Amino acid sequence: MALFDKFKQLANHREALFHGGIDPGRVVIERILSPTHAIIDGRETVLFGTNNYLGLTFDEQSIDAGRAALSREGTGTTGSRMANGSYAGHAALERELADFFGRKHCVVFSTGYSANLGVLMGLAGPGDVIIIDADSHASIYDGCRMSGAEVFRFRHDDAADLDRRLKRLGSRASDALIVVEGLYSMLGDRADLARIAAVKAESGAFLVVDEAHSLGVFGATGRGVAEEAGVEAEVDFVVGTFSKSLGTTGGYCVSNHDELELLRYSSRPFVFTASPCPSVVACTRAALTNLRERPELRTRLWDNVRRLAGHLERLERPDRPPSPVVPILLSNPALAVETWKELLERGIYLNLVLPPAAPNGISLLRLSLSAAHSAADIDQVGDALVALLGGVMKSSPG
Amino acid sequence: MSEKATETRDLIFEVLRPFADEKGVSLSEGTELAADLDLDSMKIMEVLLEIEDRLDISIPQNILPNLRTLADLERELDALKTH
Repeated sequence: MALFDKFKQLANHREALFHGGIDPGRVVIERILSPTHAIIDGRETVLFGTNNYLGLTFDEQSIDAGRAALSREGTGTTGSRMANGSYAGHAALERELADFFGRKHCVVFSTGYSANLGVLMGLAGPGDVIIIDADSHASIYDGCRMSGAEVFRFRHDDAADLDRRLKRLGSRASDALIVVEGLYSMLGDRADLARIAAVKAESGAFLVVDEAHSLGVFGATGRGVAEEAGVEAEVDFVVGTFSKSLGTTGGYCVSNHDELELLRYSSRPFVFTASPCPSVVACTRAALTNLRERPELRTRLWDNVRRLAGHLERLERPDRPPSPVVPILLSNPALAVETWKELLERGIYLNLVLPPAAPNGISLLRLSLSAAHSAADIDQVGDALVALLGGVMKSSPG
Repeated sequence: MSEKATETRDLIFEVLRPFADEKGVSLSEGTELAADLDLDSMKIMEVLLEIEDRLDISIPQNILPNLRTLADLERELDALKTH
């Protein structure tokens, strides 16, 4: 196959699905108005595909902090922390995150994606074993591959299957790295961390939990699904991102293992990437303060989750646990594309996820809710979904 | 051909037959997972999960780049079974 042949396949696939029209890769937000509203194609559109769970992207404290840092410290750091040194803000953010999670150490990365790459490549190498949930995010798969470790999958959120696979490893199990997510980003289901942590404890393995979509959403103080499940003591490394609930960009890992500090020297995605901009760091610190001091944001988010669930009951979908990530599974990609386009024309933006990005070959429309959505926003999307899909859900996976 | 090799091939053919039927192709050693059976990386991983359970072995993800044809898969599985 010639070098560019694969692009022809991709182009043909796109053409078959979108017929040259708009697709998610071509949506341009002409003007962003708020955490939940934007102008798209000249039309005011309510956003249900942002992962902006706490609605903090327009928070005044964050904006003021970012603006001040921009004036004080400039537009960027122009290099990695290893080469150029850390700014005081980087160190302060790491201290504040460690304090929030009650852990000894924190390392901040430039993106959530590079946090997973950096942690997995830093912790594991050739000769080591990593066992990951089958539905893990691409960054986990990529980090595993780049680590050079031997990588096994276990069936999604199936602690018994994890246990079986650990037992097959024999004496290697006690040194294995288990990787799961708190909230799975596509189907919005939360991990059964109580059972997974019990299996981990019995095997003596190490556990990494990616709380990218659960920070600020679950747990009494917003630390995530591990806090909610009461198993934080069994989690060796928590990884996460700033680009969801904190409304900026960047990623982090916290741990009580002193070895985490050495990732600063051994983890290529940390060493060889420009460090986060001062303004981004300042916005993130302000957002973290918001997350800690304003639990009402979490309350508002969950009120919205319940309100939308009330609407979606009319679709007669299978019961799903309440979640700020709401998947609507459809029977084929063409129906998903048509519905997504129709919603966009009605001023509603949500995520269109087609195979292989979604697990098990399914097509889905994915909504993410925000504390900043109004009741009217929720009612608008609920009514539209019922109007468009009311007749077809019985023949769809749900 | 050893009895073990036949056993591995039979299992591979059995697990992949639904995909072959869907594409209207007959299975052979040279059948390609992606080009002939239209299996993307996610589908191949699902197939491997099923084979793992059937054989009670663990298949490392690291073998994925080596899997182009059914013969490749058979060779990798036999190597794992002897470990």
